[in-house]
Amino acid sequence: MKSITKQKPFKEIEQQLGGFDRVYIAGCGTCTTMTKTGGKEEVLAMGKRLQELGKLVTGWIVIPTACDEMTEVAIKENNGAIQNANCILVMACALGVHKLSTYINKPVIPALDTLFIGVEDEPGHFQEVCAQCGQCVLGETAGICPLTACHKGLLNGPCGGTNNGKCEVDKEKDCAWTLIYQRLKEQGRLDLMRKYYSPRDYNVAPRPRMTQIT
Amino acid sequence: MAPSFKEVLKSGKFVVTSEIGPPKGTNIEKMLHHIDLLKDKVDALNVTDHQSSVMRFPSIGGCLAIKERGGEPILQMTCRDRNRLALQAELLFAYTRGIRNVLCLTGDAVVVGDHKAAKGVFDLDSTQLLRMIRQMESGKDLGGNELDGTVEFCAGAIVTPEANPIEPQLMKFEKKVEAGAEFFQTQAIYDLDKFAKFMQYARQFPVKILAGIILLVSARMAKYMTENVPGVFVPQNLIDELAAAPKGEALNKGIEIAGRMIATIKKEAMCDGVHVMAIGKEEVVPDILKAAGLAA
Ligand code: SF4
Ligand code: SF4
Repeated sequence: MKSITKQKPFKEIEQQLGGFDRVYIAGCGTCTTMTKTGGKEEVLAMGKRLQELGKLVTGWIVIPTACDEMTEVAIKENNGAIQNANCILVMACALGVHKLSTYINKPVIPALDTLFIGVEDEPGHFQEVCAQCGQCVLGETAGICPLTACHKGLLNGPCGGTNNGKCEVDKEKDCAWTLIYQRLKEQGRLDLMRKYYSPRDYNVAPRPRMTQIT
Repeated sequence: MAPSFKEVLKSGKFVVTSEIGPPKGTNIEKMLHHIDLLKDKVDALNVTDHQSSVMRFPSIGGCLAIKERGGEPILQMTCRDRNRLALQAELLFAYTRGIRNVLCLTGDAVVVGDHKAAKGVFDLDSTQLLRMIRQMESGKDLGGNELDGTVEFCAGAIVTPEANPIEPQLMKFEKKVEAGAEFFQTQAIYDLDKFAKFMQYARQFPVKILAGIILLVSARMAKYMTENVPGVFVPQNLIDELAAAPKGEALNKGIEIAGRMIATIKKEAMCDGVHVMAIGKEEVVPDILKAAGLAA
């Protein structure tokens, strides 16, 4: 599982850094290294571009896993360079951005857009497979999530736009309901597709979503 | 008083419906003209609901205009733009204004339309929408609360007889039948042999099937539809026939083809009627009906 990100347009980063001339950059050694959006190489390249803009890069770090507890330690160890900056540019996913803003009392600015939580199905190709809906139906859809794999998140079978196994929004994208149909058929479980699914509960866990483990 | 669409469906006569596309803007002259042109020539008129996710004057507005002018409207309702509250509210409103027919659709994806950044709702799908209508008819809203005054609709849906693969489409068709669909307007069909096979299957269900007839205006359009519109296949002989039409005569050829198909469907009692779509060329629907021998 990876948090899938893409770098924001540089113009947007430049604009967000508008009032700040000293920047500290933080990348992440896990997901964004893997997706080449916030590993060491990308962090150094960003540093160079910021210098070209006339900014001072007070320091940089690639935190092993920006969303976990060790981040606090990494921040403490680099406190000098961080204090010397007037903002932190984060090249981790939004979870990392959150984590850093809990520990650092300075403007924390994301350099990336977090797109989805995905898995790597083929080398270098990531696909969203779960939208954390709170009411999993994978057991009845042959392990293919209709909420993420179907463009419209439909529960009761294909829409009228399904075309030779492809989705109406993009001829390159598979129609989730054709995939589900094929797999259920292979498994001899097509009855599940004949079953009526009532409207979803969109508030299984109303936002803000949280839970307490006891 | 003219019979309601439900009564017409029950009567066993060959049913003819057509379609009105509302304008993008407040200039409704042309729409009203189309309504006046068609309302007495067909049994009911659909009004599209932001077709292809292109923002337009609302379906309900077109339906009210049809009603005011003495026609029988079919309210097309997609799940793309409204959640379950908004859908129910619109059904309540439609009922109080004499609208009695609803065509339940999931709706096209937002990204194929002209507001690509909009939020696609899809709180319900077409099957759930059908069931919701039946539940409202029983006096309860979708939340299970009593309604003070209920609704009654003749509810329909769509089916694509030539979808590929076909089995998921048929399973969905059956789900819609079970959900209470009374009539189906099909995606455009051009191959009557294939359609006959579909009808052999569909006949076993207690629903009325209106074959979708989309006017072809050129060989190019026919090819485009085959390549791009899901579940639509124009046989080569029809494409050739259109291509062979003298310059400026392709439209007339298309009218002739549509008329001929309708006449055959009727003569051979292949299904219960037709739904004629002349997207953007509503003017010629009377000519199609004439070519089919359905109008004077
Ligand atoms: S149904 Fe899909 S979105 Fe919901 S929990 Fe299962 S995989 Fe995740
Ligand atoms: S074509 Fe398939 S994947 Fe695309 S929206 Fe329709 S059912 Fe979903």
